[in-house]
Amino acid sequence: MVDDLIPAPAAGGRAASAPLLGRDTEPTLFELSEPGRSSWQLRTTGVPEIPLDELVPERHRRRLPLDLAEVSERDLVGHFTRLSHRQFSVDLGAYPLGSCTMKYNPKICDAVAALPGLADVHPAAPANCVQGWLELLVELEAALCEITGMTAATVQPAAGAAGELTGLLLMRAWHGARGDTRHKVVIPDSAHGTNPASVTLAGFDVVTVPSDGRGCVDVEALHAVLDEDVAGIMLTNPNTLGLFEEDIRAIADAVHGVGGLLYYDGANLNAILGIVRPGDMGFDIVHLNLHKTFATPHGGGGPGAGPVAVSERLAPFLPGPRPIRVGDASSPRYGWSTPERSIGRLHSWHGNALVLARALTYVLVHGSDGLRDVARLAVLNANWLRKRLSSSFDAPYDRPCMHECVLSASSLKRATGVKALDVAKRLLEEGFHAPTVYFPLIVDEALMIEPTETESLQTLEALAGALERIVADAATPEGALAATEAPHLTPVRRVDEARAARHLVPTFDARTS
Amino acid sequence: MSGYTPHTEADITSMLGFLGLSSLDDLFAVVPAALRLAGGLDLPGGLPEPDVFARMQDLAAANRPCGRDLVCFAGAGAYDHEVPPVTRALASRSEFVTSYTPYQPEVAQGVLQAVFEFQTLVTRLSGLAVSNASLYDGAASLVEAVNLAYGATGRQDVWVSHGVNPTWREVLATFAAGTGHRIHDVPLTDGITDWAATAFNDADDPGAVVVSYPNYLGCLEDLAQARALCDRTGALLVVAFDPVCAGILRSPGEWGADVVVGEGQALGMPLSFGGPYLGLFACTMDHVRRLPGRLVGETVDAEGRRAYVTTLRAREQDIRREKATSNVCTNQTLMAVTAAVQLGWLGTSGMAEVALRSARGARYCRDGLLTVPGVEPLTTGPVVREFALRLPLDSAMVVERLADEGFLAGVALDPSYAQGRPDGLLVAVTERRTRAEIDAFVSTFEKAVR
Repeated sequence: MVDDLIPAPAAGGRAASAPLLGRDTEPTLFELSEPGRSSWQLRTTGVPEIPLDELVPERHRRRLPLDLAEVSERDLVGHFTRLSHRQFSVDLGAYPLGSCTMKYNPKICDAVAALPGLADVHPAAPANCVQGWLELLVELEAALCEITGMTAATVQPAAGAAGELTGLLLMRAWHGARGDTRHKVVIPDSAHGTNPASVTLAGFDVVTVPSDGRGCVDVEALHAVLDEDVAGIMLTNPNTLGLFEEDIRAIADAVHGVGGLLYYDGANLNAILGIVRPGDMGFDIVHLNLHKTFATPHGGGGPGAGPVAVSERLAPFLPGPRPIRVGDASSPRYGWSTPERSIGRLHSWHGNALVLARALTYVLVHGSDGLRDVARLAVLNANWLRKRLSSSFDAPYDRPCMHECVLSASSLKRATGVKALDVAKRLLEEGFHAPTVYFPLIVDEALMIEPTETESLQTLEALAGALERIVADAATPEGALAATEAPHLTPVRRVDEARAARHLVPTFDARTS
Repeated sequence: MSGYTPHTEADITSMLGFLGLSSLDDLFAVVPAALRLAGGLDLPGGLPEPDVFARMQDLAAANRPCGRDLVCFAGAGAYDHEVPPVTRALASRSEFVTSYTPYQPEVAQGVLQAVFEFQTLVTRLSGLAVSNASLYDGAASLVEAVNLAYGATGRQDVWVSHGVNPTWREVLATFAAGTGHRIHDVPLTDGITDWAATAFNDADDPGAVVVSYPNYLGCLEDLAQARALCDRTGALLVVAFDPVCAGILRSPGEWGADVVVGEGQALGMPLSFGGPYLGLFACTMDHVRRLPGRLVGETVDAEGRRAYVTTLRAREQDIRREKATSNVCTNQTLMAVTAAVQLGWLGTSGMAEVALRSARGARYCRDGLLTVPGVEPLTTGPVVREFALRLPLDSAMVVERLADEGFLAGVALDPSYAQGRPDGLLVAVTERRTRAEIDAFVSTFEKAVR
């Protein structure tokens, strides 16, 4: 049965994997535990073996032994290896998860991050011991400023949402320094959920502006909400529908006209690398998602990195301390400096440094032309899929897209009962990751597909073929039923999410008690 | 075209033809011409991988990593604990490294179960009932804890011990500009929080009382007193704990903490110049619906088999938007998986052993340094793994001198920890420091402060 579902190998390669190996339930580490087993080995130190009761007063000592797990190294390796077999990843196959830019992660970046000269450096070491790191960060900041059309940057924010909050606090500080207290931040209705959540945390009120019939910001509606209480606007361009906001200059002029600032959410920067820059569009503050655009691996949910770049007038407010170059060009030295009117620190140390090292590596291997080609091929792939799939799904905004396309399973659902969620689950057993579903919220039964530039035409054909097959199969009652019961071939069948919330089991101990 | 994009010229021609376009530039016809970048980015051309690797090796060579040539006695939130080959190997498996957030649980059971195990381990370490799937770092966890306390109590005053890591307190202050929380600093006396000094004239009862265990200076705070203060005022007790020291110390949960935060770097992450690290966050079941970030729960699949999924999703930003408990989306999942592996490797006995050996090393090293003329203790009570000294010289200068001699001597303390003087030094000793290293450190130290 399994063999029947695996299509013949495609010439040129086909980035898909079905099914995953890990079909058996894996016991938890705690169930594998066997009293008396252990894995740890520690250095022979010769330090005097002072008894615990001479080191820690009784009232501070743990009363019960800390029960973790007792496993051999062999069991530990077996356990996590079997878990890894129950996990889809970019290295296995295409991951067209819209808005997430799941491109292939070059292995050289991992090799760089593993260099002891980078990985084993203490973050509090004196500046003269970390000259290489400081130079690396200064060089990365400069590259990110060039890519975004900005003047200065901070690499402290650990992820996109942290970058958003940083940007909004910069906005608050900038207005505050002018004696101007503003309360509102404008967000389009197609925005990522982090945008409104960040606005609230930054102490502003969210004002939502609707999209027009073409999927872009309704400029008339925007004018209606703009006034001198608006601190700024947060935009993603291309937006979450994968569409370029053509009226961006008019939007920028309107927002600047009331004294507001423009914040660029870099979630979709991959589409425009080397083509057009946020700074040139009129943005004042930009965050970048290095784990998307710059291919740093996402690690099953993180780490990311969300540097923020700003125009000259906002540079004095950036978080500190910042890495800077001191001394002249012939004998550069590097140090730390906190900007004059800094909003303060955003991270325990200097940001997700090893992620930043990977990102600089990515920039250097690609260079100016390579980065532009990334954008071109990402947009080419997305448009190819959009056109190819427009006969299988609804295209709510039927015009050229950028790096991703948003389709809808609305008609499919009406005709067959098969929803976007079912399409996603069926695709999992075809060996691909699913697209993002039910986002943006303004599209019914949304399927948001972002193939990225690293997938081949053969992979796109296989992906489109799989989606077309899913739609065709749904035409029969048996096929529709199979879709609503999918997936069948994954390590587990459809997961009962409602039960997880109703009978909350957040730990192994909650399960057994 | 780079080596990472598979398109041949023929592929591109065929794909453009399918779209009815004649060039790649036509794809960007929607971008107003006036905005388009003429002449491309002002960056060098792309280089082959070996060239880039050589360049990055040059940068790495301009650093002084901890190891044989720079023996690490620095901590302050970043510790040189053992990271065995098995942790590195499992944590670098590409299935964990190159996957996204587990939005499709049917193909993400690997990450989900590893995070479920991580959550269980954090609850056992902290003594509280529920842990999230990680936050960015210790500072981020502290910020979220204070926000949770505000959600639970509606109060914006926060009393924070000066013994909480100063950079975390700086981050808390940065975020308070947005939330409007009023942060009040509670001073230390002999390294221990002086709760009697909380008669803030301008403050109402606090929503949160924040204390660190052990604290920034390595001292063991009286958490019973902090708990009593919370009982009196109705504040939540937020304890910033250390997951390694928890191997021998009473857990914050046993002391009555409502929320526990911590920096998880010591659980298998290299020093990494400060990141990516691991924000730990645990709370009592009372507050689970205010928990920031992702939470993995156990459930079943359609055939009744055990399965895992992210749950209580209605707290999160992608559903709740401006009313979410937090804006966090991307977290530090790979570090949580790493910590689960490391804790599995250490196990019940290893965890206690690492904590005990670190405490022994710290005691031995502290006793040695206190024989150096002019070096005095900044605190007198018991310490674990880390301790504070007063030097006869500016401590930043001593750190630089000792670096020349092959030792990262510690972290120069902010003058607020040393009666306003720049001569405080914070020294950390882990289970990796040998007696020979400590002895050599002490004798070199003596020359450096002479």
